[in-house]
Amino acid sequence: MSYSILVFVKQVPDTQNISGEAMKADGTVNRAALPAIFNPEDLNALELALELKDRFDAKVTVVTMGPPTAAEVLRDALYRGADKAVLLTDRSFAGADTLATSFALSCCVNKIGNYDLLLCGRQAIDGDTAQVGPQLAEKLKLPQIAYVEDVIDLSFDKVTAKRAIDGGYEVLECKLPALMTVMDANTPRPQAARRIMKFKRAKTPSELSKAHANADYTDAELLAEELAVLEEKGLLINEWTANEVGADLERVGLKGSPTKVKKIESVVLTASESKMVEATESGIGSLIQELIEDHTLG
Amino acid sequence: MANYFTDNRDLQFILNNLDLEKAVALKENDYKYAEQYDTAPTDLSDALDNYKRVLENIGEICGENIEERSRTVDREGPHFEDGVVTYHPLTVKNLEDLRKADVMGIMLPHKYGGINFPVTVYAMITEMVSRADASLQNLIGLQDIADTICEFGNEEQKDKYLPLFAAGIVDGSMDLTEPDSGSDLQSVRLRAYQDEEGNWFLNGNKRFITNGCAKVHLVLARSEEGSSDGRGLSMFICEACPELVVRRIEDKLGIHGVATCELQYNDVPAQLCGLRRRGLTKYVMSLMNGARMAISAQAIGIAEAAYREARKYAEERKQFKLEIDKLPAVYDMLSKMKIKLHAARTLLYIASRSVDLRNGYTHLVEHGNPTAEDRKQMKYYVRLAALLTPMCKALATEVSNEVAYDSIQIHGGTGFMRDFNVERYYRDARITNIYEGTTQLQVVAAIGGVMQRVGETLYDELKAVEVTGPLARLKEKVAELHEQQKIAVKFVADKKDPAYHDLMAGKLVAMETNILVGYTLINDAMKDTDRAVIAEQYVNNAVSEFEKNFKIVTSDDYTIIDNHRAVIDY
Repeated sequence: MSYSILVFVKQVPDTQNISGEAMKADGTVNRAALPAIFNPEDLNALELALELKDRFDAKVTVVTMGPPTAAEVLRDALYRGADKAVLLTDRSFAGADTLATSFALSCCVNKIGNYDLLLCGRQAIDGDTAQVGPQLAEKLKLPQIAYVEDVIDLSFDKVTAKRAIDGGYEVLECKLPALMTVMDANTPRPQAARRIMKFKRAKTPSELSKAHANADYTDAELLAEELAVLEEKGLLINEWTANEVGADLERVGLKGSPTKVKKIESVVLTASESKMVEATESGIGSLIQELIEDHTLG
Repeated sequence: MANYFTDNRDLQFILNNLDLEKAVALKENDYKYAEQYDTAPTDLSDALDNYKRVLENIGEICGENIEERSRTVDREGPHFEDGVVTYHPLTVKNLEDLRKADVMGIMLPHKYGGINFPVTVYAMITEMVSRADASLQNLIGLQDIADTICEFGNEEQKDKYLPLFAAGIVDGSMDLTEPDSGSDLQSVRLRAYQDEEGNWFLNGNKRFITNGCAKVHLVLARSEEGSSDGRGLSMFICEACPELVVRRIEDKLGIHGVATCELQYNDVPAQLCGLRRRGLTKYVMSLMNGARMAISAQAIGIAEAAYREARKYAEERKQFKLEIDKLPAVYDMLSKMKIKLHAARTLLYIASRSVDLRNGYTHLVEHGNPTAEDRKQMKYYVRLAALLTPMCKALATEVSNEVAYDSIQIHGGTGFMRDFNVERYYRDARITNIYEGTTQLQVVAAIGGVMQRVGETLYDELKAVEVTGPLARLKEKVAELHEQQKIAVKFVADKKDPAYHDLMAGKLVAMETNILVGYTLINDAMKDTDRAVIAEQYVNNAVSEFEKNFKIVTSDDYTIIDNHRAVIDY
């Protein structure tokens, strides 16, 4: 029996490799200065899904909500081993907080149906809220395990997972279907050459029509034909709007977001005094002592 | 994010500018494979796009994963106990990363699960892997075994082994060297014999076998009893089994990550690969030539790493109140290292292109419907590749040693310490100009083509490419060297003296290299004007090197032939 696993991923600005000004004058993120990357812990979630696929036989569907350009992370997921990809995109989704995001995703999950396990990265490096996964589980009324490091077993109707807790870990058993948020505890597999060469042709319908427009050639019949060919070859990235997943427009995007940004402060860290620590036993010892005393450690 | 492809301007320039049109069309059967395989490219730009994407992916794996493991792998190496070799866990991880990235069958055809890339791209991957961990290249580079089976094995052997190689399920080794047969492989003694039913068995010993603990071995063995030369040797495939014993692994100066094994064959069951008596003369020569390209790329990868460390250190290190790369003695060294690196890489990819064309035309002639022109092209590229491959290995591996040596020099005392990577590069580089044929043997392999002027067609093509401004003057200089080279070759040929010929061979090959690399670097500078300074510097250095060699070659100086004994024995 094959399990159905949905993995939720996000394209984020690379906050680790900042070139130029990261914040605009109005306090919003300057996305132009930051390369767009696959959210790191979402790669861990994908890796866990692919490991489960290797171990237990599963079909892995990767889902993202974002602008049309977010199709890039879906292709990346296909290069690494995902079977299917869904892009949830609609102007009405823009400006969503975690509540509106998890609502939109829950509608998408209901449309996909027939799932056993939902995996999310623990949190995204742009917002760092770690809320979307848990909220999604609540909306779908699913049991959830957060901070998962590994899956010990998957058997018919239950999953046994190891999750990080303060000072150690615990092993939990949970009925399927369930949702898990995944920690940075595995090494995501690289893209595979043969999959790159195949799935670089994978497109969303709007990417396909855009290619037509660029070629100054639009023919509805031809477009439909090409879509059918992509679908047949498994190269079609599903692209759904708010309407297509049956989402109430009042509950998505900025409209559906109770979170209001009151004020953003751009904190510039100025260099404070530095301190040299001798690379000796006693030097390190006294540093550790100091860190324990100011409660940084222990 | 460290990426060994996107941070390497020279490598990207070569991929973008090397003319691979014909080579790729031949490899992809005029893009007909695209109808059968969804991973096959539909045209040249599609193929180049594939290469670029895969190179970027491997570049990231090398820069991010493999490099940071390399120091521990070097320190700890593989483990040997009770006849069993266990690779370092980090080496296993490296192999796992590359297996998952689908690059265990880089050149193998689509039908066996390979990605059907040309040798040129394989060399680029090899280069990047070696820059991160030279010893890992010795494991990845053993893909040449699969390619040899692909070229010479029967259908049954190909169907059995090639998908396993492509999927990374089996690894290989090529078992050639014996205690008394190193450079002289004609004297191999390992015995192959048949029982009454015609089954083959192997008996004897092999030494210095890279990854001799592999699951699949290609073995050079004496199948013709009573014979004593290369024509009595055949090639066999055997698998790891209780009769094949790893007696020990070597404790080496460098490439610590890979196990170099001594093997004992106690009646090991084997299969003949290809025809009897062709083992050395055809198959092993082909295998070795493939491996020579890979070792050239390995050497360049090490040189790239060593150069970068030196540059970084010289930028940061302050002495006499300024960064040392502002001192003439240091920036001169750095520039020379960079020029040598560029020269070696340039030659590597001219050579790899000729190998790709040779392979493509050979395949067409042996398995397709060749025209008379195709046959002519095949003959041409067979000869050209036979010249350029050893020429390239001689240059690249010596350059690797020189660059690693200078990199330590730039680091000063720090470079002598094991805390820095450069001492590893220095140790790893040292084997490259020894294995797969020493530099001295590369000269032997290349000199015939130099004397017969095999490269003339290519040089004339390069010479005919139009360049302007100062580059045109630079080209005239190289054209002068080109004419002088013909004089030097004629001088040696006319003497009809084998000792003089052999003594001058190394110099003639180096002079030939100056001409080929000189022309190419100048033409390349027309495509990217930033490269003009590199071309100029190379030609300036080459002129003085060439003139010195020219003087010696045409000196008619016999003193070392006459007096070497007296000198050595004093």
